Amino acid sequence: MEINSIANGIVIDHIRAGFGLKVLEYLKIDKGLGSVAIIMNAVSEKHGRKDLIKLENVENVDVDVLGLIDHNATVIYIKNDGIVKKAKLSLPEKVTNVILCKNPRCVTSVEAVPHVFHLADASGKYRCEYCDNMVKSQ
Amino acid sequence: MDLQGRHLVEPLDLSVDEIEWLIDAAGRIVAKPEDYAEACKGKLLATLFYEPSTRTRFSFEAAMLRLGGQVIGFSEPSSSSVSKGESIADTIRTVACYADIAVMRHPKEGSALVASRCADIPVINGGDGGHHHPTQTLTDLMTIKLEKGGFNNITVGMCGDLKFGRTVHSLIRALTRYSGVRFVLISPDELRVPEYVREEVERSGAEFEETRDLREALPELDVLYMTRVQRERFFNEEDYIRLKDSYILDAEKLRSAKQSLMVLHPLPRVNEISADVDADPRAFYFRQAKNGMYIRMALIMALLGSKGV
Ligand SMILES: [Zn+2]
Repeated sequence: MEINSIANGIVIDHIRAGFGLKVLEYLKIDKGLGSVAIIMNAVSEKHGRKDLIKLENVENVDVDVLGLIDHNATVIYIKNDGIVKKAKLSLPEKVTNVILCKNPRCVTSVEAVPHVFHLADASGKYRCEYCDNMVKSQ
Repeated sequence: MDLQGRHLVEPLDLSVDEIEWLIDAAGRIVAKPEDYAEACKGKLLATLFYEPSTRTRFSFEAAMLRLGGQVIGFSEPSSSSVSKGESIADTIRTVACYADIAVMRHPKEGSALVASRCADIPVINGGDGGHHHPTQTLTDLMTIKLEKGGFNNITVGMCGDLKFGRTVHSLIRALTRYSGVRFVLISPDELRVPEYVREEVERSGAEFEETRDLREALPELDVLYMTRVQRERFFNEEDYIRLKDSYILDAEKLRSAKQSLMVLHPLPRVNEISADVDADPRAFYFRQAKNGMYIRMALIMALLGSKGV
């Protein structure tokens, strides 16, 4: 399956198969900017199957959010038909309003404060800044 | 030591040195309380108790009054603007207009952190849900230090409700900074410490074990910290009845313990320490309650920057 290359924008490659839609949902892309293509279950030389997203005329995505959902994905920045940068992702140290605390005793359940989580260990566990509740990010 | 203007939300808000200094300051107050009778004259403590806690509130109020200061506050949410839905942020901002320092007890975990970020007066966490209770920890540490001389190389048993026991979480967090502390965590499976507490202990490198058996763990302990197993923590009555009696300390069980054991309890107790233990020299829980008032006096003075502590 082929989808035309984009001249300007961002390609998110090597997304774990099945996670493309979730990535798109979390990135909150402004759909008015340009065409958005999502390819699911593409064959990858390295990883078997993968998902891939192409975002036309988009200059930046929230790499922290992306790192949280799939830190093995790659972000490729394209300008005037050329690749200007490739970025590997990593687990962000801190995320705000991406993971929501599900502890019913947490103050975030009653007070209008941002949900803040901090990376707790290399396996991708995050800890609520308020109640210390731990969740696995992936 | 300069603690003026600081908050106490969780035990690590104070360094090891600052804690030692507060314990020493509390000792100076115990020795000559009359020297401190006007230390906080003209200062006002706000006690914001969103859930009832006679003990902690009395301890803070007695501390402030003995320093010559005064107290305002509420002791149940129904009598306060909270019942009208006011946020923690708005409540603390308003209180900060009148009071010089505030202590807050709230059922939600992280409430004290939220309050401390909104207030320009010192905020003390008087217990936030099943999370932390740092002034109880100061009390516990003072009691242990007066008896043992310090905190290194001791085996500390924590028994009862370790899941929701905020005093347990705070004491463990504080003790992970000392070397050679060994934890024996004694509870039913349903009430084991939360994941974050276990992770903190592991990260500190401290030795720990989890067990269901108080009797078996007792002989090796230097400190036994008892907590209440509460009925409302269980899904069904049968589990509660089955489990509660395994975590009762009585004179018979105590026979196998060291002569130097310290039995601590944050109080109030219901039946988890039977009355026949009270006269045992190893029972420290009433002395512990008295220390609580003095260490709170030292803390209030320090956070207010009062002279002479
Ligand atoms: Zn939380």
